[in-house]
Amino acid sequence: MKFRANLWIGGACFALVVAGGVFAPWFAHTDPVMDANLMNAEVPPGSEFWFGTDAQGRDIYSRVLYGARISLTVGIVSQLINTIIGVSLGLSAGYFGGWWDDFVNGLTNMMLAIPSLIFALAIMAILSPGLTSLLIALGLTNWSFTCRLTRAATLSVKAMGYVEAARSLGYGTFRIMATQILPNIAGPIIVIGTLGMGGAVLAEASLSFLGLGIRPPFPSWGSMLSDARDQISTAPWISIFPGLAIFLTVLGLNLLGDGLRDILDPHSRTRQA
Amino acid sequence: MLPYVFRRLLQAIPILLAVAALIFVLFSVIPGNFASTQMADGRSVVDAATIARMNEQFGLNDPLHLRFAKYIGDLVTFDLGNSFRTRQPVVWALAERLWPSLQLAFAAMFFAIVIGVPLGFLAALKPGSWIDMLSMIFAVSGLSLPMFWLGLLLMYAFALTLGWFPSFGYGDGDLRYIVLPAIALGVSPLALLARTSRAAVLEVMNADFIRTARAKGASEIRVMRWHVLRNALVIVLTTLGLQFGSVIGQAVVVEKLFAWPGLGSLLVDSVTLRDIPVVQGCILTIVLFFLVVNIAVDVLCAVVDPRIKYS
Repeated sequence: MKFRANLWIGGACFALVVAGGVFAPWFAHTDPVMDANLMNAEVPPGSEFWFGTDAQGRDIYSRVLYGARISLTVGIVSQLINTIIGVSLGLSAGYFGGWWDDFVNGLTNMMLAIPSLIFALAIMAILSPGLTSLLIALGLTNWSFTCRLTRAATLSVKAMGYVEAARSLGYGTFRIMATQILPNIAGPIIVIGTLGMGGAVLAEASLSFLGLGIRPPFPSWGSMLSDARDQISTAPWISIFPGLAIFLTVLGLNLLGDGLRDILDPHSRTRQA
Repeated sequence: MLPYVFRRLLQAIPILLAVAALIFVLFSVIPGNFASTQMADGRSVVDAATIARMNEQFGLNDPLHLRFAKYIGDLVTFDLGNSFRTRQPVVWALAERLWPSLQLAFAAMFFAIVIGVPLGFLAALKPGSWIDMLSMIFAVSGLSLPMFWLGLLLMYAFALTLGWFPSFGYGDGDLRYIVLPAIALGVSPLALLARTSRAAVLEVMNADFIRTARAKGASEIRVMRWHVLRNALVIVLTTLGLQFGSVIGQAVVVEKLFAWPGLGSLLVDSVTLRDIPVVQGCILTIVLFFLVVNIAVDVLCAVVDPRIKYS
């Protein structure tokens, strides 16, 4: 099998972030929220504080580790919600056709017309800031591509002989969709889900940066960067590490998605490219 | 061409109406209302009578369907209501913010196009070469960069350390102010454009008509100019239109970071204050702009590739 650099590098980046988040209590030096000490404020990176400290004297290394938990939770859960919505709508629209298909198409077109971050912002305006609200806002606003893709794939698979065979054997509608169609279109859905997860991590960071996501003092990479802005001239390291963590996570997911696409979705255009 | 433009414009109307309805539904179920948010500053005690009076004043007590009918009626006449905060018409606030937003969006896209498209073409002409590798590494990195982080780093390097550009603000049309926000906003579309142009050129190069053109004895320059470029352009243009939407969305963060007085920072401020009429107005304007850009892109595609308008 061909060595796939993007798959391995992406997988390694993502695994590193997952490990950092999961083992945060063991790896972290201090408590990310409670251990503020103004005596240690704005200490540059060194042997005691690997990534330096912020304006409240909190260890940035520990906060970045705990921040992985929030980013990954939001990324994974919200993308899972998007995938479930997108696949259910796309699959049913492609399979049943008719007025339901028209309705789903209209809904998708409408969703595509609103930039997803703007839509998420609008939802956050209604809900109070916090983790659950973020999951809802990001989980409801980014399913349109998955839906389109699933619908198109369903349309092409629906006409296959094995689906016809299953129907002749008396399989029910739901059983055909779940056992005959879904496994055969899963590849592209997994790919777009992985790429979407990277997008969700970025969106969470953006919303928290704007003060509409995870609120301080909880260590979200976005809100850490928002705090760092005020100290950019005196303590630039506060801005560097949370941003690097976001970059590494999203890069990992993007590379992973590209690598998976080469394997799972060989008909896509990038393969030829 | 004109009937095609007209048809595309007509198709946008139901989408715009659906978005308007969605926004209305979203905000009419809002749990905390403006009056109580206004008062809850931790200092003053919220007086129930005051809230009731403010709700009455802003028409928040009317039944939902009446409010919706009035909302759509107002929308058609470009009356978006008054801001809860400044009491001035929302349209004024939007008009004031639209131009800076457009400037930033176009500057970012300009930056993305002039670098991204040639980069993708160069990479595609020599697949597997170092320039191909390098530009694709750059593209994947650019797509993964959080814009506001890049903005912060640019601000630190080029404004605070080197002092080449102002660190934030609008500067009343002074072009130096737009450079850093435009780069921060433009890097991700740049990366995507580079990738798409590369893929588009490679795909077109494999097409039968390219082989035919070469077989006819057309010079390599002619093949590139008339056959590859023109066909790849349609794919690139389509990406461009879609990217505009995400640029407008992402601009929210960049505008806030650089204190750029655009629609994005207005939207964020209004969301924080729950100034619902302004939030609605911002979103509608952004969606309208996105639709217009996409129609313009479709028309451009039809100009470049005449096959499109008949399908």
